Amino acid sequence: MIPTLVTARPEGRGRNGSGLISMADFLQRIAERGDVEAFRKLFQAYAPRVKAYMMRQGADPNTAEELAQETLLTVWRKAGLYSGEKGSATTWIFTIARNLRIDRLRRELSWVELPDGHDEEPSPDALPDELLSQQQRKLRVQTALATLPPDQLEVVSLSYIEGLSHSEIAERLGLPLGTVKSRMRLAYHKVRESVEDLK
Amino acid sequence: MKITHHPDAASLMSCSAGSMPEAFAAVMASHISMCPSCRRDLATMEHIGTALFEKLVPVSVSRPAPVAAMRALEADVDEQDARLAVIAGDVPQPLMAAIGAHLDKVPWKRVGPGVWQHQIALNDPSRGELRLVKVAPGQALPEHGHRGNEMTLILRGSYADASGTYKPGDVADLDEDVEHQPIADPVEGCICLIAVQGRLRFKSAMARLVQPFTGF
Repeated sequence: MIPTLVTARPEGRGRNGSGLISMADFLQRIAERGDVEAFRKLFQAYAPRVKAYMMRQGADPNTAEELAQETLLTVWRKAGLYSGEKGSATTWIFTIARNLRIDRLRRELSWVELPDGHDEEPSPDALPDELLSQQQRKLRVQTALATLPPDQLEVVSLSYIEGLSHSEIAERLGLPLGTVKSRMRLAYHKVRESVEDLK
Repeated sequence: MKITHHPDAASLMSCSAGSMPEAFAAVMASHISMCPSCRRDLATMEHIGTALFEKLVPVSVSRPAPVAAMRALEADVDEQDARLAVIAGDVPQPLMAAIGAHLDKVPWKRVGPGVWQHQIALNDPSRGELRLVKVAPGQALPEHGHRGNEMTLILRGSYADASGTYKPGDVADLDEDVEHQPIADPVEGCICLIAVQGRLRFKSAMARLVQPFTGF
């Protein structure tokens, strides 16, 4: 795959000074006019990462590729449900991949819905410049994760990337279940602290 | 609805990761649909998943974008409207597909004096069981412990145990080895949604006698 400027900057919203177009804009174009070129760009940017995710979740390369195709097809089909105000394009696509993985690799229902703007109750203390804070929140979360102690990052990664339940993580690491949960909690508290003032 | 008992942050994370056994994910999704505060936590947690996802080393794909398949699909423009349709009922939205919109129309099965249940079928019961339980006013659920986790969401009425009173929307997110004896509200009784990992163990001789019949 040829690396493009677009993949290097998947998250920004709107055109920036250098004229780059963000992933969120591609999603809007798909939603508004079924823009096939916008879809190709999204596919190039996300399919390889979704494939990597599916492989980490235990899929063989072939199945992972099929699931990546299907994830992006779902993106095409549901683009109209994407609401830029509610979250980043990557979060939305990641959630689609996550739910597809539950459905296909585990053959279970994914009970938690997509973040699609369905939530009608706004945060009581939401700021008017929520869009800006979305972007900041994302950066703060990345920074907080980068500074987690390795044992906390390990359980968080096993949960999010390998798809293991708490019990499975406990088994894999030879730890009591309570230790796994407390490491998860500690990690989350650190992440939440880092975005607290943005809420 | 004033929710005072929330799930453990670790459970919410597992839910946001999509890594929870289905029975527990169902309880969590139902609670989340009732709880703005947990929805905000979940939104923050989704950034965690996104950040880790972005750090994955991409694996090159051998097939191009599925343009032909795409064109064969009509965009789901109507889907949002369908999902926003409000069904007046007392069942949390995520559960409606499984049990309908009204708790009174659930096909309850009596499993003991003052206790009814309805088991919700899951694909892989070995990862956990999901059931609705209805307890008559003032009735105590037999004291029990469990080998795995247990998660309970109150849907109607309330129950109280040593850790407090649980009302609609509240979640009791219990570790393994916890023993408790909830008592249903003396007037309204209680209807709750319970996920268990491993079968419940009742303590008393009476309960041991009843256990084979109730399936608890």
